[in-house]
Amino acid sequence: MHWIRHPKDFWSGVMFVAIGIGAIAVSSTYPLGTAARMGPGYFPRMLGILLIVLGALLGLRAVRGPRTASDPIPPWKLRPLVGVLGSVVVFGLIVHYVGVLLGTVFLIVAASAASHEFRPKESVIAGVLLGALAVGVFIIGLKLQLPIWPFQH
Amino acid sequence: MELLNNLALGFSVALTFTNIMYAFIGVMLGTLIGVLPGIGPVATIAMLLPTTYALQPVSALIMLAGIYYGAQYGGSTTAILVNMPGESSSVVTCLDGHQMARRGQAGAALATAALASFFAGTCATVLVAAVGKPLSELALKFGPAEYFSLMVLGLLGAVVLAHGSVLKAVAMIVLGLLMGIIGTDVNSGMQRFSFGIPELTDGIGVVVIAMGLFGFAEIITNLESAEKREIITSKISGLWLSKEQFKKAWPAVLRGTGLGSVLGVLPGGGAMLSSFASYTVEKKMAKDPSEFGKGAIQGVAGPESANNAGAQTSFIPLLTLGIPENAVMAMMVGAMTIHNIQPGPQVVTSNPQLFWGLIASMWIGNLMLVVLNLPLIGMWIKLLRVPYRLLYPAILLFCAIGVYSINNASFDITMTAIFGLVGVLFMKLGCEPAPLLLGFVLGPMMEENLRRALLLSRGDPLTFVQRPISLGLLIAAALLLLIIFLPTVRKKREEAFHEEVA
Repeated sequence: MHWIRHPKDFWSGVMFVAIGIGAIAVSSTYPLGTAARMGPGYFPRMLGILLIVLGALLGLRAVRGPRTASDPIPPWKLRPLVGVLGSVVVFGLIVHYVGVLLGTVFLIVAASAASHEFRPKESVIAGVLLGALAVGVFIIGLKLQLPIWPFQH
Repeated sequence: MELLNNLALGFSVALTFTNIMYAFIGVMLGTLIGVLPGIGPVATIAMLLPTTYALQPVSALIMLAGIYYGAQYGGSTTAILVNMPGESSSVVTCLDGHQMARRGQAGAALATAALASFFAGTCATVLVAAVGKPLSELALKFGPAEYFSLMVLGLLGAVVLAHGSVLKAVAMIVLGLLMGIIGTDVNSGMQRFSFGIPELTDGIGVVVIAMGLFGFAEIITNLESAEKREIITSKISGLWLSKEQFKKAWPAVLRGTGLGSVLGVLPGGGAMLSSFASYTVEKKMAKDPSEFGKGAIQGVAGPESANNAGAQTSFIPLLTLGIPENAVMAMMVGAMTIHNIQPGPQVVTSNPQLFWGLIASMWIGNLMLVVLNLPLIGMWIKLLRVPYRLLYPAILLFCAIGVYSINNASFDITMTAIFGLVGVLFMKLGCEPAPLLLGFVLGPMMEENLRRALLLSRGDPLTFVQRPISLGLLIAAALLLLIIFLPTVRKKREEAFHEEVA
């Protein structure tokens, strides 16, 4: 799509317009009220309109503006994304059942795998050490209500 | 005299054993994250916020504030020794600080940075104490219209002084404002944008957003780029300055402190802007500008004093007006709200212990930082050798446990991960997350003041321009916007932030 001169600006414009439309659509069910007595729908709709205007300006400028050095959007890389976010989400889901110690070992190994410098053995050792540290700091020190061992609940 | 009494009250709060301890933890952690590239004060404060629930509000704020100004000290160490900014505000310190280190003057550079920061920190503390009370008394006279206009000015100021596209930054603010109203509407009790999810009735937590956008997204982008860092670990000897170096450095420190103190108070200002501005000034003032970039001591002394002064004076708008001017201050608003303190001009009178205790602790914290950063420098250098592949999983672990502990539920972690994904998208599209965070914390306040102002004026929007203070604030905001669209200023602004992008 060579008519898009600034892909970053263009697609962020599209994003803002889409969010603006979404905000107006959702808040259209909220009472609008009047300027003197604003209902819960007044401010969100105002912001939605503003967002659409700003997004449209951004998008238009990216298509019609002067052709300067292009700024391509950097490609998505799956490994860091899935590794980092996945390890944290799964940790949140299982920590209640498997306890902090095992949960930490899982989190550290899975998160380390997100890097291209991944060293499996090293990450297991780091996981065990950090697990012990987490138990010491968060459960013994700060007294968080979390199980240490699996299936304590 | 009143000031002395107030400061005495402050020191009596700050010098209790507990508060000294929390100040120490704060500046220690601040130095740590300042030294380590890849995690900034916003993400760190987000990480620690949940653990402060049980603390006294003043202890919590003392610790969190220490993280911000402590990071200014630590950041310079990495800049000088590794030629990599440990903190965004020490980007310019790399230029001359690292050159000094390569010429075998690492000790002098480190000493300059620490002493300049300490001097600036002391002056800024006095300044915060001196203007804090009068400014908040003025702000108490503000009505809703004035407050609304002040927030407009504050938010637009954040855009002008931030780097990147102005349009994008304004759009990010609006998006932040929208996200800020998620949850129960205080006036009608109606659920807005919560999509029937019970966890969203109280809105999204500031911790969740900050950690996702700043913490997780940053780690993911770091892993994507996979750059190698090279560490200069030559022996550091003589942590002191020669007489000539001292003579060259002190005027720069004075100028840096002054500049940083002023820029710190402005909306959008703070540590980073101050250090950039100071470097430019020093280069202009120098007898021999060609020295710059080759190890000019003024290039370290000026920006290092400026960033520390700026970091501290940026507390002024927060403590007196309740308006955060940068992302770190937005986190402080979050911290105050968690402890049921409504940030604003009434804090000085309703919580004098908190107000003055926090100010006094800043000076104590600065004193601790000199000790932490000069005699103990060796410890931080060792830390720099820890490879990133070991560091980031540990950061993630502390984030995950911190977020989980807010409600003891996995929902918050999942939300944080979603914001991490959104944050990566923002970075790919070149959208700065800081304006969004500012909008987010100001969203509910802004709606409330708009509502009240228009209720008082019976729906007449002209109220904002008919009241003189409000009009003045709006004119200032309009001028800011106008200035930035002037072609010459625009070009200069792009130049000023160029070094940082490179």
